[in-house]
Amino acid sequence: MSEKIGVYVCHCGGNISDTVDVDEVAKYAENQDDVVVVRSISHMCSEEGQKAIIDDINEEGLDKIIVAACSPQFHGPTFRKVVEKAGLNPAMVEMANIREQSAWPHFNDKKAATEKAKLLTRAAIDDIRDMEPVVPEKMKIGKNVLVVGAGIAGIQASLDLADSGFNVYLVEKKPMIGGHMAQLSRTFPTNDCASCILSPKMADAANHPGIHLYTYSEIETIEGTIGNFRVKIRQKPTYVDASRCTACNSCTEVCPTLVPDENNEGLALRKAIYLPSRIAIPHSYVLDEDACLGLQPIACGKCVEACEANAIDYEQKPKHISIKADTIIVATGFDIFDAKRKPQYGYGRYENVINALELERMIVEAAEGSPLRPVGKKVAFIQCVGSRDVTVGNPYCSRICCMYATKLSMLLKGMVPDADITIFYTDLRSFGKGYEEYYKRAQEMGIRFIRGRPGELYENQRTKKIKMKVEDTLTREILQDEYDLVVLSVGLEPSKGTKEIAQMLKIPQSADRFLQEAHPKFKPVDTAIDGVFIAGTAQGPKDIPDTVAQAGAAAARAIRLMNKGEFEMDPVKAFVREELCTGCGDCVAACPVSAITMSGPLATINPAVCKGCGSCISSCPTEAIDLKLFSNTGVRDKIDGILKEKKPGDNRVILFADDMCTYRLADGVGTAKMEYTSDAYIVRVPSSSRVTPKIMLEAFEKGADALFLGECEKAVSPYPGTKEAIEKNVSVVKKVLEKAGIEPGRVEFSPFVTVMFKGFVGKVNKLAETAREHGNIPEEKRRNLLKILEEVRQ
Amino acid sequence: MTHLMKVKKKNRDFLLKTEEMSGEHITMCEQCGICTTSCPMVDNMDISPANIIRLVQIGDESVLESTAIWLCASCYTCTVRCPRGIDLAAITEALRQQTLRKSIDYIDIDSIDRKELEELPAIALVSALRKYTS
Repeated sequence: MSEKIGVYVCHCGGNISDTVDVDEVAKYAENQDDVVVVRSISHMCSEEGQKAIIDDINEEGLDKIIVAACSPQFHGPTFRKVVEKAGLNPAMVEMANIREQSAWPHFNDKKAATEKAKLLTRAAIDDIRDMEPVVPEKMKIGKNVLVVGAGIAGIQASLDLADSGFNVYLVEKKPMIGGHMAQLSRTFPTNDCASCILSPKMADAANHPGIHLYTYSEIETIEGTIGNFRVKIRQKPTYVDASRCTACNSCTEVCPTLVPDENNEGLALRKAIYLPSRIAIPHSYVLDEDACLGLQPIACGKCVEACEANAIDYEQKPKHISIKADTIIVATGFDIFDAKRKPQYGYGRYENVINALELERMIVEAAEGSPLRPVGKKVAFIQCVGSRDVTVGNPYCSRICCMYATKLSMLLKGMVPDADITIFYTDLRSFGKGYEEYYKRAQEMGIRFIRGRPGELYENQRTKKIKMKVEDTLTREILQDEYDLVVLSVGLEPSKGTKEIAQMLKIPQSADRFLQEAHPKFKPVDTAIDGVFIAGTAQGPKDIPDTVAQAGAAAARAIRLMNKGEFEMDPVKAFVREELCTGCGDCVAACPVSAITMSGPLATINPAVCKGCGSCISSCPTEAIDLKLFSNTGVRDKIDGILKEKKPGDNRVILFADDMCTYRLADGVGTAKMEYTSDAYIVRVPSSSRVTPKIMLEAFEKGADALFLGECEKAVSPYPGTKEAIEKNVSVVKKVLEKAGIEPGRVEFSPFVTVMFKGFVGKVNKLAETAREHGNIPEEKRRNLLKILEEVRQ
Repeated sequence: MTHLMKVKKKNRDFLLKTEEMSGEHITMCEQCGICTTSCPMVDNMDISPANIIRLVQIGDESVLESTAIWLCASCYTCTVRCPRGIDLAAITEALRQQTLRKSIDYIDIDSIDRKELEELPAIALVSALRKYTS
């Protein structure tokens, strides 16, 4: 079938036409196969330009459109809408980026800029000729959300979702909801009581008709993907029927067993049957099966006898619950740093060295009239214990310790007005709204702030006071004193549950082991896994206001997916050409997001999981896997377009640019009018990992002098694992080139972020220069590259 | 006590030289002072270990005149505890080397009377030679 292609060359009001001879580009386009209409228009994006395209489609029967103008990042969506309006598939338009990639960076060399514009246009024409229409797949999605963790993040997200009409399954490991916030005394910077502001929210979550609450429950398995997560929950028995329990406390009174009380961080004891906290919701007693003497009347049975409501049932069994969820919000929170890992501070050995969470409990219980232990008058806080410390593997700042230490010192001062309190800090960070003022208030109250980190603590064995030496790093004085109490301001680490759920759902973790967001700026609550969102300290240390904000954001992002009942997936997805698939299964391991499975004899790609990076393509020996919009044929067409008319002596560097970073970076370089070699031609790909060794070697066979692969820096990449895939492909190509007697330095790979302007220009120029020095690759050397590839592969 | 906030080349060279000799990124120090109170010798030092690092950071060569760098026993407690993972013991060694490599003999054996030499405790003589010559 012959195509009817229309080519539109834009002047961009001089931006292009001052440098590029647009008429020459138009004339050149006219001579290309299948091109039936060519127009040169001042502003293609204007009403006039758009109308010209629509009219030509209607009157001339054009079925494919090339707009040689600016970056597709800029006006791609505009022209997709234009062709759609005229009844064509949106994939049927392509832009040749002759502004950012030619007119602007080569403004000093009109001839080179025009030549490059011609070839870029030609490459686009060649590509679109073979372009297949793309219909973005739509998926049905329900309104069920699994929220893992019922701390303040999970509670807030659940309430926002349930209030918006969504069905929430809220799963909490502990017998009560509320998380760490339910343990806290007061909250900075307002000093309002934590349980007073949290309790109403806890009650709302427990009573909301849209929230199914599972406490004392753990996620056993999660299978499936967005729109169809199958979750198995195991609910541990509490041995107490919550609907009958009147919380009369008779059982606890008679229970003979004592164990450390988790809610009070082990500073007090509790019975085997107990109420988890004064503010516990569900407000029901729990029988701890590990602490109980035997769960049978022969062993003890006192609680059963004491319970007038007949609520205790030793026969309760674990419940296994299966639910289906369309999206998941992970709010699994943090664990505090175990100060025993810094033995020089004597935590766990010295009775007067405690951690800050223990002090929270001491303050709460003292206010309730049941003090856990004496506080003393001379108190020191040591900051950054387990944060900003590479010796324990936590180089990050935990963000809340400066403020909670300030808060606790103020509360202590309120309790013991003549207390002498010093906070030993390294850098004091009071970044939030009202925090600096809060810090000032503490200073006004007489809290002493000294900049220095003590090396070690000693216990006076007679008085049990703690001896401490510290350098005031501002005066260089070494201070020595004895304290009644030393409080370690311990940092935050991802909780055990956070790590477990990360493995279960394959959510990438950042270097600090917290869950990694999909983009540090623009997708702060999304993850690399579609339909899975994160909120609260599972993502990184943060305070309560940030946690609540993030929980709301996660709920909103989940609603955005589910609200319409169906969602349109990104059209760029890998797919299997079944007639070519041999069923070898090599692609399964190559997929960094596990989207590929072997169903029967052939590979199947789940489009809901596929991110469209294309790293699987290299693993396929028969090229049975292809990518929509950036097909194998399309990439080859582009390369052909750039190389077809190459004359001996011409230097051609092909730069494969990933859409997210390198392509945008090149646009930025062009916009800044930073010059780089006009030998470099950019081919846009979703990720350079889709450029297989075979495609690279074919490019060399066809006459490319050098290849450059750009990809997002790992930290900002939308795809996990592509860097490794590219490195592997490049090393294969280098090996083949070496065997063929071609300089392996002709292929380069570099990760980029979108601001590395100078780095981009430097690296591209250097590679072009290297290729120029080596000269064109002699015909006889590049004839057998694919054959050598086969040998290398074996 | 007012200093111009300009890094002189001489100062910068001293920092770079010390970084090269020790193999440590000295500008990474955040001056928390944990090294100071971890040091078993600090009570006898004229300046604290954290201060040694600070002076090197700003390229102040007077640090070479301090007794502190010679009192360092290379026990490595500071190195083990540094939250930024800086090897302070290597830095003090690099500072000592800068003096030692000047190869100045502070004791001329020949000028000491033979009789006096015999009366001197051998251990004092050896340690003097090792410390002040190179």
